[in-house]
Amino acid sequence: MHQAALLGGMIRDATHYGWAIQPVLHDWGTMAEAVQNHVKSLNWGHRVQLQDRKVKYFNVKASFVNEHTVCSVAKDGKETLLSAEHIVIATGGRPRYPTHIEGALEYGITSDDIFWLKESPGKTLVVGASYVALECAGFLTGLGLDTTVMIRSIPLRGFDQQMSSLVTEYMASQGTQFLRGCTPSRVRRLPDGQLQVTWEDLTSGKEDVGTFNTVLWATGRIPETRSLNLEKAGVKINPNSQKILVDAQETTSVPHIYAIGDVAEGRPELTPTAVMAGKLLARRLCGQSSDVMDYDNVPTTVFTPLEYGCVGLSEEEAVARHGEEHVEVYHAYYKPLEFTVAQRDASQCYIKMVCLRKPPQLVLGLHFLGPNAGEVTQGFALGIKCGASYVQLMQTVGIHPTCAEEVAKLRISKRSGLDPTVTGC
Amino acid sequence: MSSPPGRRARLSSPGTGRSSSEAREELRRRLLGLIESNRVMIFSKSYCPHSARVKELFSSLGVECNILELDRVDDGANVQEVLSEITNQKTVPNIFVNKVHMGGCDQTFQAHQSGLLQKLLQEDAAYDYDLIVIGGGSGGLACAQEAAILGKKVMVLDFVVPSPQGMSWGLGGTCVNVGCVPKKLMHQAALLGQALSDARKFGWEYSQQVRHNWETMTEAIQNYIGSLNWGCRLSLREKAVAYVNSYGEFVEHHKIKATNRKGQETYYTAAKFVLATGERPRYLGIQGDKEYCITSDDLFSLPYCPGKTLVVGASYVGLECAGFLAGIGLDVTVMVRSVLLRGFDQEMAEKVGSYMEQHGVKFLRKFVPVMVQQLEKGSPGKLKVVAKSTEGPEAIEEVYNTVLLAIGRDSCTRKIGLEKIGVKINEKSGKIPVNDVEQTNVPYVYAVGDILEGKLELTPVAIQAGKLLARRLFAGHLEKCDYVNVPTTVFAPLEYGCCGLSEEKAIEVYKKENLEVYHTLFWPLEWTVAGRDNNTCYAKIICHKFNNYRVIGFHVLGPNAGEITQGFAAAMKCGLTKQLLDDTIGIHPTCGEVFTTLEITKSSGLDITQKGC
Repeated sequence: MHQAALLGGMIRDATHYGWAIQPVLHDWGTMAEAVQNHVKSLNWGHRVQLQDRKVKYFNVKASFVNEHTVCSVAKDGKETLLSAEHIVIATGGRPRYPTHIEGALEYGITSDDIFWLKESPGKTLVVGASYVALECAGFLTGLGLDTTVMIRSIPLRGFDQQMSSLVTEYMASQGTQFLRGCTPSRVRRLPDGQLQVTWEDLTSGKEDVGTFNTVLWATGRIPETRSLNLEKAGVKINPNSQKILVDAQETTSVPHIYAIGDVAEGRPELTPTAVMAGKLLARRLCGQSSDVMDYDNVPTTVFTPLEYGCVGLSEEEAVARHGEEHVEVYHAYYKPLEFTVAQRDASQCYIKMVCLRKPPQLVLGLHFLGPNAGEVTQGFALGIKCGASYVQLMQTVGIHPTCAEEVAKLRISKRSGLDPTVTGC
Repeated sequence: MSSPPGRRARLSSPGTGRSSSEAREELRRRLLGLIESNRVMIFSKSYCPHSARVKELFSSLGVECNILELDRVDDGANVQEVLSEITNQKTVPNIFVNKVHMGGCDQTFQAHQSGLLQKLLQEDAAYDYDLIVIGGGSGGLACAQEAAILGKKVMVLDFVVPSPQGMSWGLGGTCVNVGCVPKKLMHQAALLGQALSDARKFGWEYSQQVRHNWETMTEAIQNYIGSLNWGCRLSLREKAVAYVNSYGEFVEHHKIKATNRKGQETYYTAAKFVLATGERPRYLGIQGDKEYCITSDDLFSLPYCPGKTLVVGASYVGLECAGFLAGIGLDVTVMVRSVLLRGFDQEMAEKVGSYMEQHGVKFLRKFVPVMVQQLEKGSPGKLKVVAKSTEGPEAIEEVYNTVLLAIGRDSCTRKIGLEKIGVKINEKSGKIPVNDVEQTNVPYVYAVGDILEGKLELTPVAIQAGKLLARRLFAGHLEKCDYVNVPTTVFAPLEYGCCGLSEEKAIEVYKKENLEVYHTLFWPLEWTVAGRDNNTCYAKIICHKFNNYRVIGFHVLGPNAGEITQGFAAAMKCGLTKQLLDDTIGIHPTCGEVFTTLEITKSSGLDITQKGC
């Protein structure tokens, strides 16, 4: 759906590039059907792959009976007991409903629903400031919908805050509205079917009201551990987060029970980490290797309208760990070549490399805000994994003309106070 | 792309600890001080007969020399090593005249014979400039600006000789005016055409008939280029670099003649020169080529849509132009004499070509044009092209609106008076041989960019080389331009990015049995919903089995290949291995992540087509 929104931007760009095209409309139904068909084909693909590899697949809900046995309940209510030597818990998480808010459950939806809506959500309020919230708000705006994001405190908690501000600044410039320092208190359905949301402005203490067609909760996710009867197997969880406690080997408090992915405590909630953790665990269980998952320097990308890719430490974290006097930050505001002809504003296209100050200036973190950030970040993530220093990265010759080459041309340090805007020649 | 295998190891050798590297730095400063402060500085050995001859020469000229006898000082061996870093010369005597590295005994005697030595000795008769750069392209401007930042008095001469079709342009060279910049923008125009058709699948509704307007596109692109030309001039002015829009040619040592558009001649002298004249498209030398054909010098500012086009040549320029012309809806044919993308990995080149073919570009393989004839004038007109087979007597003829030649480029080195000062060029290619500090055979003349023999023709390389050269010349730096593992991308309709060796070259250098090639096809997520070409995008790495599976070649064919390749190139600089690729977490969902999950080796012969998840 992010891609659908990007295509909307490209259609607008296209006129500048000589394509004569009439004003356009977006049809939600066509997009949703196409996206859903692809997802269904993936579901099918997963089943086929399991079959090919002779993995038995049960479409049942499972819970522990004891430490080697689970009870599975099928849709028709039929119960079966299954036992195994090793058990891996990978139940993931589901969006959290703020049940203390009146009307939240009845009238709100979550990211579990948005991709499956058959009709356009219309004017939408997104509550939350996680990457899920910003990504959803971003593509809804891009598809031409009136979209508002309500944020209680800060956007993208845990990410570099300068980058986060630029992400939301760009979204605002594209028409996403932001209600900062606000928290919803109730949702009601009006006679015409619209949803009336009441919220409190935390700074002024005043109440305010607005009407929307859709309210999307993106205030966090809850690990799916409650219905597993973990206590019957003796698997311990963190009572606050409800996540399963694991060690470096992904082992829970019970030696032959493991947990991977979003359900495990302290793990990044990212697909590729879960995939790799799962693979490595299987290899260890089969005695093929003893490699454990390295959760450091995991790259990720937030697919907001202007994409944000990062790997390693945020500037705040680097300063906290090493002290400001030992950290050097190189940065640049750049303009993607394609933006020029399209007359797009590039005020938020920004790159920042966080390094140790001591030569050869080991790279601690890389932050890239711009088109194709995911593609740009992937290779540099490897460089950082190889222990790249600033000096080595600067010796890399650029690929012209790309956005990624700007990373290899970062010359201005924040400390110098010089203007970090990249100029033409 | 070729690279001597031994070189990297030497460059990245770990050094010998911090204190000794500091001492070395100190020694280097001391030597540079000696070179700077003495009119003639000779590093010699007291017993060396060649050194003795040079000392005699200078004394016969009545010139006072400062001599350092390396066998009489404690750290003579270190001095010799540092000298070889500075000058790329390992032997003694090692002679500097007025800060210019002369060379050894033979070079000094040659310079004496040619009069260069006497001229260098008269250096006090100050030159107009510290540095004159001939050519205002990427490499020349980078070098000039860096030298000016370092406080030197610098001049840039830039003059665009109009193409046979009468096209010329402003400051900035090929990249800005008739290369990277306009071609990437036209490529983007073509990608947007593809995006428009994808967009329907993603729910966007718009008029059925979509047409592309050439004039709108070129005007927008030319406006942007105009702003870059202006930016270049401004940037030179800010740094107090003198810019002269004149054609420069050497008339004698240290002296050039600059001729402007009106034919007025001015003479300038400088202590050092950098040649950065670049290259221009080659013509076929057949009937009608210069009269009727265009090249990439003309295409980007063509005032009318080229219509049905024949592109001659399958260089990256040829394929890129053919690709975007087809992408904006034109009927395009590429005529290929032998292979696509010579010098690039041929498996990748063929895939680039076959994607183009699937998307409407016609290929005429093993044909060369023999005659171009105008049938009708117009904008565009009609041209008849007669071509013959390279394999037999077969001849074909066809009518096109435009014929674009992309058969290669020639260095602009033959008409700049190099023979007057004895700068050697490769007579066949016109390229200039330089040592690894970009110095020509004439000590005070250097060269950067596309005109260098055996180096890469890429903007960022020229920029890097130009900058580092200025720092070595004027700031005592030592860092040399590293031409190894330079990444590049061909912006064909399906982009092809690469870094390091092609599979063919890797096999030639390391032998097939020492290599493991991992590869896979992949399907970008964005293409799935759009229903586009499954099993077309391709990723390949070449690893050296007995060097810890180090990645020596990286190849990717897919959308945004340039953006993907850049970071991997940085990782290759840091010693990328297969294990590190496997240990790195992918960014989901991207194309780049495919490199973190490569499992199938080419030697296994296993199926690499993609099914499901």
